[in-house]
Amino acid sequence: MRRSVIPGFGLSLGITLFYLGAIVLLPLCALILKASDVGLAQLWDILSSPRTLSAIRVTVTMALAATAFNAIYGLLLAWVLARYQFPGKRILDALVDVPFALPTAVAGLALTALFSKKGWFGAPLDALGIQVAYAPLGIAIAMAFTSIPFVVRTVQPVIEDLGSDVEEAGRSLGANDLQILWRVIFPAIFPAFLAGCSLSFARSLGEFGAVIFIAGNQPMKTEIVALLTYIRLEEYNYQAAAAIAVVMLAMAFAMLIVTNAVQAWNLRYLGRGDA
Amino acid sequence: MSHPTSERAHTEWMVTPVGAGPVTRRVVLGIVAILTLLFLIAPLALIFSSALSQGIGTFFNSLTEPGTQHAIFLTVVTALIAVPINIVFGLAAAWTVTKFVFPGRTLLISLIELPYSISPIVAGVAYIFVYGSQGLFGPLIEAMGIKVMFALPAIVLASMFVTAPFVARELIPLMQVQGTDEEEAAVTLGASGFATFLRVTLPNVRWAVLYGAILCNARVMGEFGAVSVVSGNIRGQTTTLPLQIELLYQDYNVAGAFAAATVLTAVALLTIVIKVVLERLSPDHAQAAARPPGH
Repeated sequence: MRRSVIPGFGLSLGITLFYLGAIVLLPLCALILKASDVGLAQLWDILSSPRTLSAIRVTVTMALAATAFNAIYGLLLAWVLARYQFPGKRILDALVDVPFALPTAVAGLALTALFSKKGWFGAPLDALGIQVAYAPLGIAIAMAFTSIPFVVRTVQPVIEDLGSDVEEAGRSLGANDLQILWRVIFPAIFPAFLAGCSLSFARSLGEFGAVIFIAGNQPMKTEIVALLTYIRLEEYNYQAAAAIAVVMLAMAFAMLIVTNAVQAWNLRYLGRGDA
Repeated sequence: MSHPTSERAHTEWMVTPVGAGPVTRRVVLGIVAILTLLFLIAPLALIFSSALSQGIGTFFNSLTEPGTQHAIFLTVVTALIAVPINIVFGLAAAWTVTKFVFPGRTLLISLIELPYSISPIVAGVAYIFVYGSQGLFGPLIEAMGIKVMFALPAIVLASMFVTAPFVARELIPLMQVQGTDEEEAAVTLGASGFATFLRVTLPNVRWAVLYGAILCNARVMGEFGAVSVVSGNIRGQTTTLPLQIELLYQDYNVAGAFAAATVLTAVALLTIVIKVVLERLSPDHAQAAARPPGH
């Protein structure tokens, strides 16, 4: 390392490594160790059981649906906050943080009451024959709620920083609004948009608190992977719990690699721009 | 969060920017307003209206019920232990990765942010395999007569896992922007390392520390997944406030569940208000932190 005149490297590195080791890495290693005890054949049996496969399918499908909704609503929110002046803008900006600050159990409770058959939204939707609470749609809504800030907060600063010169150039070349939007603005914000969506998707895959209230938790229908892990643990089936938890860990690492790659691309992209 | 360039764009332009036409503007704002009302405001409104639906007396009775009282107590104790430790870690971690250049620095930053990517359920399950009776240290700790699992220590540990990055994440971008010049000057003039930290570094980042601590506190108080795995959910003993909400809900005590939920909602709303205030107090921190949030 380059010699620094500032002291305290040993102490601060020591605290950091001790904390990370004891709080974060030790449990993760214990989990992987436990799962490696299970044995490949048994691991395959646990993971290929219809109930596990169904839970994975439900989780991934609903996380995709939630991310799709957040992609549209999040982009509109970011656009409005970055480009328009209107009364109540500060309140809207603060409201975006609600899903992060509100505990997931509280969000789950509120969404369940909203969408239950007697709820504010559930009653009219039920009359139309649409069931949200205790159905897959409810899972998607809970996931969307808890992860919406990711899309907004990644895209908003990029739209704010977008130089007006490219837009003016496009205009002077005779492009209309839609053409500028599609050919100039969207390509510039796309890396950030993708990064926000992948963060939103990753968070949705692991969401537990908000989902278990609204999902109804019926095996093979509305059971998510996180809940199945929890159930196996309560049944003292530690091997199955470890195996499924390791799959969730692997999914998280895969998403981390994707998100990091997209973000690295995003940062390079920003570096080339007007900044 | 208004930005100088966006305001310049509105005044200097000879032509209307994209989306600024009156019709487009009205349509886009209308869609956002309706979605926000349905998606973000309705749940908040419902929490308070449900909690008060059976009168203010029932609301206060639900809050003073022994189970809920104990849950509030346990939640506050957990936050009082976990948040200060997290602040020390966040300061040490930020100091390490922003004031020094060393091999493995990027890897260390990734490790600090790792808990964001991991589902709280996985964190909880992982702790079972360390301190549970079938875990690595479980038998040893049991033989020593210490209770970690299904007790306060496990609740605190799981909360620290999920919030480990909170303070560090606020500090790292800010301290990176501030650089090392001021500290180097102080040390060259003969200040000790600790004095430099207290007199030079800390005043520069105090709002960011406070902001990180407040976010960390909100998350510790509201954590559900990881805590529900490691707490064992023993009624009146290891139920934190979010777990108490679920217990009450399962008992069909919906009014009680919503009363408990208002406490956490109030904490969340207060957190957001403090965030807005701190962002005004410290604009350069707001700028440094304007990067993709972790999760």
